[in-house]
Amino acid sequence: MSAITDKVRASLGKRYAREKRFRAYGVISITLSLLFLALLMVNIFSRGLPAFTSTYIKLDVVLDAQTLGVTATDPVEKLRAADYSSVVTNSLKTLFPGVEDRKQKKALKSLVSGDAPYELQHMVLDNPSLIGTTQSVWLLADDEIDMYQKGHVDRNAPEADRRIKDFQLAWLDKLEADGRIKRKFNTIFFTRGDSREPEQAGILSALTGSLFTMTMTLMFAFPIGVMAAIYLEEFAPKNNIFVDFIEVNINNLAAVPSIIFGLLGLAIFIQMFGMPRSSPLVGSFVLTLLILPTIIIASRAALKSVPPSIREAALGIGASRTQAVFHHVVPLAMPGILTGTIIGMAHAVGESAPLLMVGMVAFIVDVPHTITDPATILPVQIYLWADSPERAFTERTSAAIIILLAFMVTMNMLAIVLRKQFERRW
Amino acid sequence: MTEAVLNMTEANAPPSRESAAGKREEFAHEISNTVGRPLLSDAATKFRCRDVDVFYAGDKQAIFNVSMDIGRNEVIAMIGPSGCGKSTFLRCLNRMNDTIPGCRVTGDIHLDSEDIHARAQDPVLLRARVGMVFQKPNPFPKSIYDNVAYGPRLHGLAANRAELDDIVEDSLTKAGLFNEVKDRLSAPGTGLSGGQQQRLCIARTIAVSPEVILMDEPTSALDPIATATIEELIDELRQSFTICIVTHSMQQAARISQRTAYFHLGKLVEVNDTKTVFTNPQHQLTENYITGRFG
Repeated sequence: MSAITDKVRASLGKRYAREKRFRAYGVISITLSLLFLALLMVNIFSRGLPAFTSTYIKLDVVLDAQTLGVTATDPVEKLRAADYSSVVTNSLKTLFPGVEDRKQKKALKSLVSGDAPYELQHMVLDNPSLIGTTQSVWLLADDEIDMYQKGHVDRNAPEADRRIKDFQLAWLDKLEADGRIKRKFNTIFFTRGDSREPEQAGILSALTGSLFTMTMTLMFAFPIGVMAAIYLEEFAPKNNIFVDFIEVNINNLAAVPSIIFGLLGLAIFIQMFGMPRSSPLVGSFVLTLLILPTIIIASRAALKSVPPSIREAALGIGASRTQAVFHHVVPLAMPGILTGTIIGMAHAVGESAPLLMVGMVAFIVDVPHTITDPATILPVQIYLWADSPERAFTERTSAAIIILLAFMVTMNMLAIVLRKQFERRW
Repeated sequence: MTEAVLNMTEANAPPSRESAAGKREEFAHEISNTVGRPLLSDAATKFRCRDVDVFYAGDKQAIFNVSMDIGRNEVIAMIGPSGCGKSTFLRCLNRMNDTIPGCRVTGDIHLDSEDIHARAQDPVLLRARVGMVFQKPNPFPKSIYDNVAYGPRLHGLAANRAELDDIVEDSLTKAGLFNEVKDRLSAPGTGLSGGQQQRLCIARTIAVSPEVILMDEPTSALDPIATATIEELIDELRQSFTICIVTHSMQQAARISQRTAYFHLGKLVEVNDTKTVFTNPQHQLTENYITGRFG
């Protein structure tokens, strides 16, 4: 008796040590992953957040009829075609007189964004009576100026290494002293499509494209995936070679590189069926193919985990097989099915490779209005911006990542709330 | 009755417990016919089973050539050691074996002179006529009310909510559960105690007014008090239903059944009035089992 007790006692220390060691491993790995997540987040947010503001310059614009070449009573078409850029240039010249050098003249013009004349155009079109008056307006600054304002230009660096030259710095210092420079919330980023000019580039077309594509993907993938899973799990004959073949292939498809699905989509949907390229419709078809295996596998596992006693109970009362499945098994499996769908959709929302293949990599300025309009999606937009040389696109890339993360979190929260709803029904 | 069987019953020295397992195999091939009173008059018969064989996937035979009758408004108990095929046989009676992939049933089973395997016979309709209560209480994860109302709703037995309410109340009352749950009909059925859950399952079964109720070890997961309640209930239900009950408890079989069938290794050894089976078994295997020598 005591001999056994001694033996057990002797082994206890070793056992507890092993347990402690195992826990330590767990804590270390969790800490590590949290650390990397935090690093990633800090990196993305510190880079991306400045993109949500942009620099504006206040100019006193003289909207005289002579320079514009129009009068207040002219028809809209003529007002639209008026020479607004000269007006902007003139007001800049008034601020900084005596600029003669050609290079400096050019630099002066590009203090403000190429969008500035259009801002004036909108103002005048909204209210033609402004013609002949002098207006004090905040105009969007060029992205180089914006970058300087956000501290990305080192004043102490040799002039040759700087994008902003000494004479420009002098102008900016004067504007600053006059209170003519300030940073405002960047509404353009949320209301416009892509642009070659960073300060005019927005996320809206990509966001809309993603929203369309994801909605369509869910609409196709969820019913098809769940129905396939229900059929395979509940109705398909067991031990049938054909069914086994399908099962093996579904499992294999889950491991196929996503770009292959893109090539498939290109060959079938666009070349064979002639569907519009770059459209959310084709994109969603491709993503549906991509996430179907995930949804089917997860849904089958969820259906399998419903206790057979529930099926027997329903059948024993005289429910048909379909009734037993849809009244009892599917509702009980729904939380698991939704988890699989969330995983699939989260996969799809961050997917870019297959969509490059069906043309969703296009440069899209217009916000898509229908599912057949050319569109791009958030991950591809991130890729495009990350590839652009302008310094200002770097922060926009990070900002777009923030938007993508927010999009994902929103989507998943929605799905989790839905799942909770199902779980509450015991 | 064959010579072999007669010789067997005359064997005077009962085998010792040590040799029981060996004897089991030895006796198995000697069951050529069912002894006792497996057949009833046509008028008294509810289920008529002839030459029933059951095969599972891979042609593993689970039931060998079972022929017996089940009488109207009787409680028939099926006893036998684990794996003897009594549950499998029970599941033949409402074609629940159809749901097991690879399972094959041959032979004739007639319910009120209707062949239950006939092409015209719908298994869904059959299961509405032959209800089943399972070993483990398996209420749906729904409210008590919905559990009972599920069958009537399925078959359209109630024209309106009031009728449905009546059916639910009536079924719960018959199952002896109404007084305990009448204030919480909308509470989940899975929240009841084990015994209450099993009575809920019985209420759910009788809500569709079946003719026969099959019970597969309905009390094996319950404590003695809940078991007693269910046994009383079975005795009352006998007035309106035919009940086939599979049980591991010989005392239970003796208490509640009118006839008892003893299965051994997939063969039906003996069927007789319960009293006769327990006081004067005709087959050596039955005697060995009820006297506790094996099983």
